[in-house]
Order: sequence, then structure tokens, then C-alpha cells
Amino acid sequence: MNKFENFTGIVAAFDRSNIDTDAIIPKQYLKSIKRSGFGINLFDDWRYLDPGEPGQDNSQRRLNPEFLLNREPYNAAQILLARENFACGSSREHAVWALMDFGFKVVIAPSFADIFYNNSFKNGLLPIALDEEVVDLLFTELQGQPDYRLSVDLQGQVVSNAGGVEFPFEIDEFRKYCLLNGLDDIGLTMQKSEQIKSFEQQYYQKLPWLQ
Amino acid sequence: MAGKTLYDKIWDLHQVDTSADGAGLLYIDRHLVHEVTSPQAFEGLEIAQRTLWRKRSILAVPDHNVPTTGLEAGITDPVARLQVDTLNDNCDKYALTEFKMGDVRQGVVHVIGPEQGATLPGMTVVCGDSHTSTHGAFAALAFGIGTSEVEHVMATQCLIQKKSKNMRVTVAGEVAEGITAKDIVLHIIGEIGTAGGTGCTIEFAGEAITGLSMEGRMTVCNMTIEAGARAGLIACDQTTLDYIAGRPFAPSGEMWDQAVAFWGDLHSDDDAIFDREVVIDAADIAPQVTWGTSPEMVCSINQRIPDPADEVDTIKAGGMRAALDYMGLKANTSFDQIHVDKVFIGSCTNSRIEDLRAAAGVVKGRKLAANIKLALVVPGSGLVKQQAELEGLDRIFVDAGFEWREPGCSMCLGMNADRLDPGERCASTSNRNFEGRQGTGGRTHLVSPAMAAAAAVQGHFVDVRELMRGEL
Repeated sequence: MNKFENFTGIVAAFDRSNIDTDAIIPKQYLKSIKRSGFGINLFDDWRYLDPGEPGQDNSQRRLNPEFLLNREPYNAAQILLARENFACGSSREHAVWALMDFGFKVVIAPSFADIFYNNSFKNGLLPIALDEEVVDLLFTELQGQPDYRLSVDLQGQVVSNAGGVEFPFEIDEFRKYCLLNGLDDIGLTMQKSEQIKSFEQQYYQKLPWLQ
Repeated sequence: MAGKTLYDKIWDLHQVDTSADGAGLLYIDRHLVHEVTSPQAFEGLEIAQRTLWRKRSILAVPDHNVPTTGLEAGITDPVARLQVDTLNDNCDKYALTEFKMGDVRQGVVHVIGPEQGATLPGMTVVCGDSHTSTHGAFAALAFGIGTSEVEHVMATQCLIQKKSKNMRVTVAGEVAEGITAKDIVLHIIGEIGTAGGTGCTIEFAGEAITGLSMEGRMTVCNMTIEAGARAGLIACDQTTLDYIAGRPFAPSGEMWDQAVAFWGDLHSDDDAIFDREVVIDAADIAPQVTWGTSPEMVCSINQRIPDPADEVDTIKAGGMRAALDYMGLKANTSFDQIHVDKVFIGSCTNSRIEDLRAAAGVVKGRKLAANIKLALVVPGSGLVKQQAELEGLDRIFVDAGFEWREPGCSMCLGMNADRLDPGERCASTSNRNFEGRQGTGGRTHLVSPAMAAAAAVQGHFVDVRELMRGEL
């Protein structure tokens, strides 16, 4: 996993709540046994006018000219702004892989589905939950400003606009640490192998039917 | 000191370590694995040269991609076949327990776990699938995880987790006759919303819940994720024990007695404090039908499609308009005006024997309506199918014009060939009515098995209770 660096990026705003994982990456693409290559099918049903199948040459498909991510400068957006309960639905980590493969580094919303929120950190995508009023304000600010950008400072836990107005956000210390250092948490847990083994000894003594 | 909730008890029992910021290292008892979310995890282990910590915790099964017809030909879609072959290869390589295609025990992962007794009270159960919440019906802490977490559990038998909040939904009193578990849970989601349980573990309680069979309890816990909560729980009682006793993976003899003694404590203490409490009057619940593209867009069969003009929240009203547009529906329409093209009875929500019995009870002696293009019954497992055939349910369905299929996830998400075509409308016993969920452009209405069966024979939505009383 790459270290998360501060950056300033273009914001693509989706003014709807409950954007689900089926919309983010439709099921036919979950048949892949890889972690990469999902970006081209991000929001597939909204992005293309004709249906798609895995393995298809997507350059031959008709793009929906109305769809935000098909237009400049949003095709290079790095921050996705949405309403509440973003990425509800399935546990598919493919949703995170698709967003990152497209180029997104941050998603800002008032709230996230729990599994997606967890999955994001495992891959270096930063989900930022901001109060509904702040999200409202951002939606208002970017109206009529196609080149609207926000800066993200993870160390300082703050999002700021071009005018320097800062919007602080919360994040667990451990998750922040892993993102900033690009750490794989499996390795960190494996350092506790002895502790896990001694837990197991006591545990199976107490609950022998599970052994 | 206040007592503990059921969630607190299971959480505490599995704490290996607690870090400074409150995240815990949680020990995992049962890891269910399927073909879609595991290949990248197995690959990750290999790349990092790690091995599996506790192979016997794993029970694997292919379900999402498997065809439900023409099994002799195997999987004809090469991409899907590679995914199932990859699961088979990985399970063979590490000598993991897997019920392969063709094994009578194969089926939807959330049906076969409990069916085998692989889900036991007090356990932590995970799977790379959000509907893992199903297993909470057994007083097990069960939740869906992503592929990175699948790999984490494989390598360490643990997960780094932050404790959720405690929420309790009490469905007080008894439901009216003809009201099923699916109606209860859809009604709950309609009340609290799809983000109503975000950050929480929901314990379901009350007479209407404890009065349910294990199949019904699984239906309720299954859809907890649709209310935003990763895990749902129901306390262990005699109904739980009666279901588990004698199943292949369940303890027996002296071990059974020890286990039962321990499981006796798997309920919330009387003085436990919940962060959030919701009480619902069971008597208010009528048969439910969803009308939109989120499970919270649901109402009673005897209501009309809601009007966005009546919604004061503008974002919500916009969402309603978009949903009605996608669904091809107009506000204020009554449900008996809504004709369906396809009917799907199946999925991890409603494909157990009791679900099939309920649907067959409605279908018996009737025929599919002329406008129904396809009606599928997809049993949750080979064993459910076998049992249904013993009871003659397959004949009832086939005589009425339904197709009787092989077990799998099927049209719940349409990863195999069972799908809706653009614009088609489906009465479905599954769990998600998202845009495109059952096929690009497909329109899904979530209902109970009895309601789906009633729509199949009438050709449009009806109150199944009226149909059964001969009023239609």
C-alpha cells in the first residue's frame, strides 16, 4: 500500500444519498480474480449507454455524455463528494478498488456504510465524514465552478478550500498511522502471534466444543 | 454497574487485545468463504508467503456464480468458471472443507452454514459477504467483511475491529395472521431507514421476534445490513437449541451439554443499557412491498405509492423522484395496478424450507398468470431442495408453471445467467432493490415468499391474505 500524501484535487460531486455498491461496480465485474483493472467500469451503468460485460473492449462502448466522470475536468477528479450512507450494500472491496483505480483518493460524505468504510483504509482510500451542514456548504460552493478543488491534509486532519477555509475531520489514530505509513495491518497483527496463541489456549479450555 | 448486552458478552469473550484507541483484536471462530471475494485474499497470502492460521475454521462453497440449470454442462461462462475453479484449487491446495458443485450440501453460503450446524451460539462468524448478518439469528456475532479482511482472518484468525454501538429493536406483541419475518424486517427498515443502524449492532427482541422459527429469525437478521448495521443478533433460546441439535458440525453428547449450559447466558442482561432503542408495535405490520430503489422505500400492500410532493426534505424528494422514474411508476398508484414480468423465490433471505412451504401453500392449485414471463424457485441448498421434493413442493411449483432450479444465489444479484432484462419488473424475495441489482435496467420489488407467490398467480401485487381468504 502506498503512503497517503497531502494533495489538492478536483472534486466530482454526486448529489444523491445511498449510492450503493451495485452502482459503484456492477456485479458482472466481480467475476475477476484480480484486484486491478476495475476503474474503467466504475459506475458502469451510469457511465455507458450500452450494457457491459467483463473482458469487453470498453473503448467500443458508447459513453453517456451527461455523466459527470465522462466530462472534463471530472475525468481527472481525485475527490468524490456525495450525500449520506455512501457505498451502502454489499461487502465487495471491488468498490474501493474501482474508485482508486479510476484515480479517487478521497471520498467525502456525511456518512458511509460500515463495511465500505473499513475496506477503504485497507487500500489507502481515505473516507472523510463531515457534518451534513459542511457537506451542504461544499455542494453550494462548487455550483458553477467546474474546477473546484479541495486540499486534504491527513496529518493535520483537515480539508481546505482554495480560500483557505478549513474543515477538520475525525479519524482513528491507528487507521491514520497505517495510511500515513502505507502499512499492511496483517503484518502488524502477526506481531501478536504469541498473544493470539495464548488466547486460544484459554479459549478452547473454556469452550472445548469449538476446538 | 449496568449489565451487559448480548453483543457486549460475545465481544468480550473474543477479545485478544485492546489497543489505546479502543480498537480490539477480535478472535474469529468461523470463516465462511465463497468464490467471489476470496481469490484475491488467497493470492495475497501467497505473495506475502503467509499461511492459514486455522484451516478448520473455514467452510467454503461456490454460490454466487453457479448456474441453476443444466448443471451437467458445468459453468459455460469462462470468467465465472475460472472464479469457481480458483476456489476449488485454493481449497484443495490448503485442504479446506468445501462443498463443491454437485455435492448435495452445496448452496448459498448463509443457508448452508446454519444447516450444517457450522454456525453456533456465541461464535464470531465472518464471511466476505454483507449478508453474513444472517447468522446473528443464532446469537452469534456475525458480519460481512471485505477481501482484505478475509485475508487478515485467514492469516491471523483475528480482525482489528472497533466496537459498535448497542441498538435494540423490539417488535412488541404478536403479528397478525399471514405476516411473515420478511414483512417484519422490511417494516423495520421502512421505519429506521437504510442508515438507521449504521455504526450499531442491532439486537432484535420482543414477542414477534421470539415467536419466529429459526428460518424467520435468519430472514430478519439477514436484512440487518439493509438497515445499515453490520450485525444483527437474537438471543439464544429453546428454538435455537432445537434447530442446532443433531446437525453435522454441532457438538454432541457431553460436549453438547457443556455447550448448552454456556449458551444459556447468551442474552442481554435485564439491566443492560442500549445506546439506542426502537420499539415497534407488531400489530401495525401489514404485508410489505418495496416501490423504489432502496429497501427503505417500502410500504404496506394496502397503501399507495408515496408522492414526492408530500416530502418536505428536498434531497429525499429528489431521491424519490429518481427512484419512481427508474422504476417506471407514478405516485399514488395502488399496488394491484402494478403488473410484474418475472418472479424470483430464492436468495439467502428467503430460500429455506419454510419459505418454500409458504410459497407453495399459495401456489397450490393455481397457475401462473398469463403475463408472467418467468417464475423461478431456487432452493437455498441441495438439502433444502431434497427436503422440498420429499414434501412434493417441486410438483406444486412446476404444475403451476414455475421453474424448479438448482441451488445458488441466482437472480438475487444476477451474476449467473438468471437476470432481469432492461425494464422488466420482478417480485423478488431477495434483499436489495438497487438499480440494476437483478440485471441492468431491471426493476425489483422486494416481498415475502407468500407475497411473491401471490403476485405470480395474480400477475400483479395483491394482499396474499385476501387471496387466501378467497376474496380476490
